[in-house]
Amino acid sequence: MPAAGEGAARDALLAAACLAVDPCGVGGAWVRTDFGEACRQWLEALRALLPGEHPLRRMPAHIDDERLLGGIDLAATLAAGAPVRARGLLAEAGGGVIALSSAERLPARLAVPLAAALDRREVALVALDGSLGEDEPCARVLADRLGLAIDLRECDERQLQLMSDEFDAGDVQRARRRLGEVATDDESLRTLCATAAACGIGSLHVPLLALRVARAHAALAGRGALTAADLQAAARLVLAPRATCIPAAPAQDSAEPPPPDANEPESDAASQPEPSGQVGELADQVVAAARAAIPARLLASLAASAGQPRAGTSGKSGATVLRGRRGRPCGVRAGAPRSGTRLNVVATLRAAAPWQRVRQRAASPPARHAPQARRVLVRTGDFRVTCFRQRSETITLFLLDASGSSAMHRLAEVKGAVELLLAECYVRRDQVAVLAFRGRKAELVLAPTRSLVRAKRSLAGLPGGGGTPLATALDAARELAAQSRRRGLDPSLVVLTDGQANVARDGSGGRQRAAEEALQAARALRAGGFRTLLIDTAPRPQPQARALAECLCARYLPLPYADARALAGAVQSAG
Amino acid sequence: MGNPFPFSAIVGQDELKLALVAAAIDPTIGGVLIFGDRGTGKSTAVRALSALLPPMSVIKGCRYHCDPADPDAWCSECRARPSRPRPAVAKVPVPVVDMPLGATEDRVVGALNLEQALGAGVRAFEPGLLAQANRGFLYIDEVNLLEDHLVDLLIDVAASGENLVEREGLSVRHPARFVLVGSGNPEEGELRPQLLDRFGMSVEVATPLDLDLRVEIVRRRDQFEREPEKFMQGWNAAQAKLQRDIVAARRRLAQVRVSDAALRWAAQLCLRVGTDGLRGELTLIRAARALAALHHRGSVGTAELVQIAPAALRHRLRRDPLDDTGSGARIARALAELGPVVG
Repeated sequence: MPAAGEGAARDALLAAACLAVDPCGVGGAWVRTDFGEACRQWLEALRALLPGEHPLRRMPAHIDDERLLGGIDLAATLAAGAPVRARGLLAEAGGGVIALSSAERLPARLAVPLAAALDRREVALVALDGSLGEDEPCARVLADRLGLAIDLRECDERQLQLMSDEFDAGDVQRARRRLGEVATDDESLRTLCATAAACGIGSLHVPLLALRVARAHAALAGRGALTAADLQAAARLVLAPRATCIPAAPAQDSAEPPPPDANEPESDAASQPEPSGQVGELADQVVAAARAAIPARLLASLAASAGQPRAGTSGKSGATVLRGRRGRPCGVRAGAPRSGTRLNVVATLRAAAPWQRVRQRAASPPARHAPQARRVLVRTGDFRVTCFRQRSETITLFLLDASGSSAMHRLAEVKGAVELLLAECYVRRDQVAVLAFRGRKAELVLAPTRSLVRAKRSLAGLPGGGGTPLATALDAARELAAQSRRRGLDPSLVVLTDGQANVARDGSGGRQRAAEEALQAARALRAGGFRTLLIDTAPRPQPQARALAECLCARYLPLPYADARALAGAVQSAG
Repeated sequence: MGNPFPFSAIVGQDELKLALVAAAIDPTIGGVLIFGDRGTGKSTAVRALSALLPPMSVIKGCRYHCDPADPDAWCSECRARPSRPRPAVAKVPVPVVDMPLGATEDRVVGALNLEQALGAGVRAFEPGLLAQANRGFLYIDEVNLLEDHLVDLLIDVAASGENLVEREGLSVRHPARFVLVGSGNPEEGELRPQLLDRFGMSVEVATPLDLDLRVEIVRRRDQFEREPEKFMQGWNAAQAKLQRDIVAARRRLAQVRVSDAALRWAAQLCLRVGTDGLRGELTLIRAARALAALHHRGSVGTAELVQIAPAALRHRLRRDPLDDTGSGARIARALAELGPVVG
């Protein structure tokens, strides 16, 4: 694998150089990383390429609104007796590059103004995204606007170091001067648009960003026009990492990956641009050329990603807004204003008022009769902040038995019930998540959401059949519930099963062991103290399900002949 | 970045442009909600609005852009001014105010003026975004992610056309009539039904799938960003024509007749698709009237009604979570069954 690592490192450095040539044009880079040595090296390389007047600024994801966007500088305001506005980080970094650590943790209320600044091309952003697997990646609203996409987890830090002198600040300076002269021809534009469409990229931000990257690449190479090499670089650095399907191509060798649509759920295909159907005859050749330009390494990773459940495709930024100290004001208390709490000016002034004469005398005895003595003297002890209260948001986690024994009777009803509940939920602003289990594993088929659209889509494609890995499922539910609680949500659990566990944690069969493990998992789940409701979906109520409910300390509800509406009613009255 | 991208240079998205123009002609239609994927030009179209509208007359120095010609809607400060000599008039561009998702309540409704409170010990009101947006547009990107307490506040103000501030020892009311424009991606969350109802029209935008269209969009955007002045010049004539059309349509709006047959047709359509309340008919008629004015027609006819019906009614249909038929398809079916306006 040394060759692959080398290619990845070369591309990562090429991306840094393109970014340095036209930071605001290409918008920035979406960097998947584990924050290891490779990440440090890459940032170092980028820092060395950027011109001195716009150094790389670092920014934590927990930055508060005022520091990012600007706000009142409290200390200066009090000293001056008139409001002094402090510039935010966005304004300070104007025209330069901001490196955002743990980009996946940035709350939506900050991601949106940041995206607007990217749209205005005021700033470039390097989003260091450390999300893994099931974690939610960097907000889509940002990722869509960051031209370059690289994965530093594939890079070897030694390779990065070895190649770090490929470009230097002088190259970047020269390229910056040439950038304005690089012409865009129609053919290149078509190629990029067609390739983007063939890769299943719907957003039109992306081909535009690819064009800018191609132009930066050309300027870096000292060319005045775009060549195939520039377009290939853009395809590699911008388009391929975002592809949602493999571009259709003339039949090749037998190692060909499966056709793009084979792995896509049916309902999804309608919302994605059809890669082959829409491309005209002329463009066919262009797509074929572009496809050949995407290196084999990326094709392989594409084939892998096309097979995975498409978890990251729909924006998730919204569902996870961290509940700050917002909401309805409920009283005033003494305390220093910090991020999240708000200074209550009137109350503060009111607290300071009785002491003014004493303080002014103490502060400047000779100036007592001077006209400027009217300044208000506020001490730390006078600060009053407004408290806010907000109803904590609830999340209902459905643990859905889709195994053979259950599925036959109930799956359709349960799907319907979840949809009905969700329709209620957006009035109450609650969230819903669905974990389904069958065969050997439990799968998160619906990540926490309020969206009816997404819920319907993922439930429609839910298959049934197979064994009942109850223990694994209960473990997964505990994990998800705990995760939701950490995000400030109030989870409650609805388990829909017939309780007939027959697959153990390690995937082996055997009722006895599976049942024991299930009860053990249930006790662990009970320790979390989540509100739980167990709905027995067996055609005839079974003792196993009741035992499980007791173990979970859950309300037990046998629903032998339920329909979707009855089920929804039961969950509501229990919640 | 100086100028926004010119409205007339936006490729495709005809329904979106039509709805925005209708809202610009008749603000009482009640705003536009835009739902769709990312990167489809939602915000581009909205931000382009300000350059499209002719400057409006305001009372000079008024913080709420009061209209000198409409004393009934004046703020308390303008009312308190002596009526003679007549207030000085200034021309300002129509405000298109961006309301950020994380805006604090006092940034939106206005708050105590810190400078005066600390410096002079005076309790004075510093207007917020709602005041800025008076007589213009209030744009909320990602409106479906807006915090609940802000949604409550918007519903209130949008309904009454007036912002009432009772906080921090202040008691202020000022006019806040604006066209609410919201955009969002339905995959990320639903909009509260109460707020949904406040929007007059709703449009769904989709990523264009046609390659030529996509190339043209990227090409124009690229030209605009490389040579903004040259690009703007190329579109000056088209922009000016659209602006003239809107101004002329506003003038004609009052003269457009709505026949009983057209009213009956609108009511029948609403009954057929099953909208809640009467706001559906009202909006449909108003929007169709704006279109008729734009198209130099003396009265509202089938063409206008059919053209704008999906936008006016789409978000008002009662939803059945188990029925996957889109609202658009249901309206299209009802339109096909209903036929033209008779009479």
